[in-house]
Amino acid sequence: MERAAFERLRWRCTRRGMLEVDMVLGRFLKAVFWKCSESEQQAFIALADYDDMALWRLISGRDECEDARLTPVVAMLRECKP
Amino acid sequence: MSVPMNVSILKFDAVVVGAGGAGLRSAIQLSEAGLKTAVLSKVFPTRSHTVAAQGGVAASLGNSEEDHWRWHMYDTVKGSDWLGDQDSIEYMCRKAVEVVVDLEHYGMPFDRVDNGKIYQRNFGGHMSNFGEKPVRRACAAADRTGHAMLHAMYQRNVKANTQFFVEWMALDLIRDPEGVVVGVSAMEMETGQIAIFHARAVIFATGGAGRIFASSTNAFINTGDGLGMAARAGIPLEDMEFWQFHPTGVAGAGVLITEGVRGEGGILRNADNEHFMERYAPNAKDLASRDVVSRAMTTEIKEGRGCGPNRDYVLLDITHLDPETIMKRLPGIREISIQFAGVDPIKAPIPVVPTAHYQMGGIPTSYDGRVVALGADGENVVVPGFYAAGECACASVHGANRLGTNSLLDLLVFGKSAGDSAVEDLKVGKAHRELPKDAADRARSRIEAIDQRQGGVSVHEARQAIACAMQDHAGVFRFADLLQKGVTRILEVEKMTQNLEIKDKSLVWNTARVEALETENLIEVAKATMISAEARKESRGAHMRDDAPNTPEFPNGRNDKAWLKHSLWHREGNRVAYKPVRLQPLTVETVALKTRSY
Ligand SMILES: Cc1cc2nc3c(=O)[nH]c(=O)nc-3n(C[C@H](O)[C@H](O)[C@H](O)COP(=O)(O)OP(=O)(O)OC[C@H]3O[C@@H](n4cnc5c(N)ncnc54)[C@H](O)[C@@H]3O)c2cc1C
Repeated sequence: MERAAFERLRWRCTRRGMLEVDMVLGRFLKAVFWKCSESEQQAFIALADYDDMALWRLISGRDECEDARLTPVVAMLRECKP
Repeated sequence: MSVPMNVSILKFDAVVVGAGGAGLRSAIQLSEAGLKTAVLSKVFPTRSHTVAAQGGVAASLGNSEEDHWRWHMYDTVKGSDWLGDQDSIEYMCRKAVEVVVDLEHYGMPFDRVDNGKIYQRNFGGHMSNFGEKPVRRACAAADRTGHAMLHAMYQRNVKANTQFFVEWMALDLIRDPEGVVVGVSAMEMETGQIAIFHARAVIFATGGAGRIFASSTNAFINTGDGLGMAARAGIPLEDMEFWQFHPTGVAGAGVLITEGVRGEGGILRNADNEHFMERYAPNAKDLASRDVVSRAMTTEIKEGRGCGPNRDYVLLDITHLDPETIMKRLPGIREISIQFAGVDPIKAPIPVVPTAHYQMGGIPTSYDGRVVALGADGENVVVPGFYAAGECACASVHGANRLGTNSLLDLLVFGKSAGDSAVEDLKVGKAHRELPKDAADRARSRIEAIDQRQGGVSVHEARQAIACAMQDHAGVFRFADLLQKGVTRILEVEKMTQNLEIKDKSLVWNTARVEALETENLIEVAKATMISAEARKESRGAHMRDDAPNTPEFPNGRNDKAWLKHSLWHREGNRVAYKPVRLQPLTVETVALKTRSY
């Protein structure tokens, strides 16, 4: 991934409406993103486009992800702890 | 590659900086009045921090039981510990019904009762009949009130042809030689281009600045940009010593653990496993008011009874509760604890500290949303062309302490009135005033300095220094000696922020540069807070000092004779001036001074 595209992603992950989402996405970008396969990276980018409430409900397990392509990355986000 | 020197000029009738609740509300007024309106935002509008508000918005609709705007007004004045301006408070409480009905028309999906009216629920501090008993005044859309509000108002703006500039960061306010505000400079993140938004009215709605503290419930975006820009443009900041803290934020993360946890039987414990609230509030214990609990927690930590390797937090214990109760009554709490504290609260207690939540102070305005500075005789003087609303502004309705659900109301009412005032002002004199020759200079020189500096301080280091200084010296419960040292320390930290260096010099999507620019705003808010807090030698509302305790002469440590006045921090010389509180409402009698007790 190009520098500019990654920086844009970083901005969109760490300037969210909810602190909870800022923290989880920021952590994922730092610790996990670069170890992901390309399809996992694409899934993460798609998830980062979700609105804050929906994303937090997925991460916190209150909702289940209906899009099978994204489910593995949702699981990784849930596991991404300090 | 550094920032290009060419600057484009974009002309609008009105420019709104911020696309959260306040910005969107004012833009509706502007665009629907036919003004060519631009809204700038660091993020997509519906990702503004307003989205985090779940509790609701206050309005005395009286749908569930009898209610009256005068009762709401009384509660708000009392909540403010009499520091709120009573003209603004009357205005807000009277307008509440109207702005909630507006939202209904915009399609906001409020929760409803069987007869179709908006459902209302209780919220701390909202009472009927001048403080008699709790009243149901909060209107909500499930647990997504802020989210629904943003979506409804964004759609309304799209319909009204508001032009959005998303992922644009406003850099500085532009005033002409007569002090009239004529625009803002801004940077498009995608290109790194600087532009001037030349306007006849500029409305700031940039939200709060909770990130000045190490522990805050605020999202990372809350860096106080509007306050920094105003301060650099010579506009004072009002009542910045007043920050509302929430007692239970996850230690190290700041994420909010709702009051409901203590409501369900959660217990706070210190390093000796002592249920210490029994000592501080023998009756209410863990259910005592926010300030009492926060103060007890801080005292435990300060006296060495905190937990963990640094003894810097206490524990919130729910391990004695039935796991089913936790899952059913406290949804989300277990996940928050696992995610951010790394502990499962069913098995182990949650590390918590008081966490900064809401900024009561801000850019001084009157209730019509016009920004006011201090005249030579202490009177309010309008800054022509400049308006502010929402958390970045201080109207001042929250005074020394905000009531829950009153901030969403604040942003609706004053977002609307700021928009209306601009519309009214723009009716006279159709032409844009000339831009000063040096309009882009301040922004450009700030960027050039950051880009060119070598051997400076990293943004991360400077931000840590700000956050630690604020947390250590101006936290929820304040000590005279610490405040004094805090002033020296924050002025030292300021030198770090004047020496920021970034490694990445790219033009496009340079988030390091954006973060450096944000840091220059954070420091202005931090100085304003520390210096105003040190100066105010009483306790009032959220500003609690150990050297201003509860005595018969000064109940709760509040000293009306000396301190019933607003602070105005001026960046130049770090001077704090004062102006009187407006005790006279618009049409009704004043809510007379009284000791605040619940
Ligand atoms: C967890 C939490 C829960 C809350 N719950 C409630 C509640 O239930 N009820 C209630 O009344 N209040 C609540 N509050 C408080 C309330 O949410 C906020 O006070 C309010 O949403 C602030 O709205 P705003 O429009 O002023 O700013 P925001 O919504 O923060 O919007 C600020 C806007 O300014 C933009 N911006 C900032 N700087 C720049 C810049 N330099 N250039 C361009 N754009 C910029 C941002 O992109 C954003 O669009 C809560 C707060 C928190 C933290």
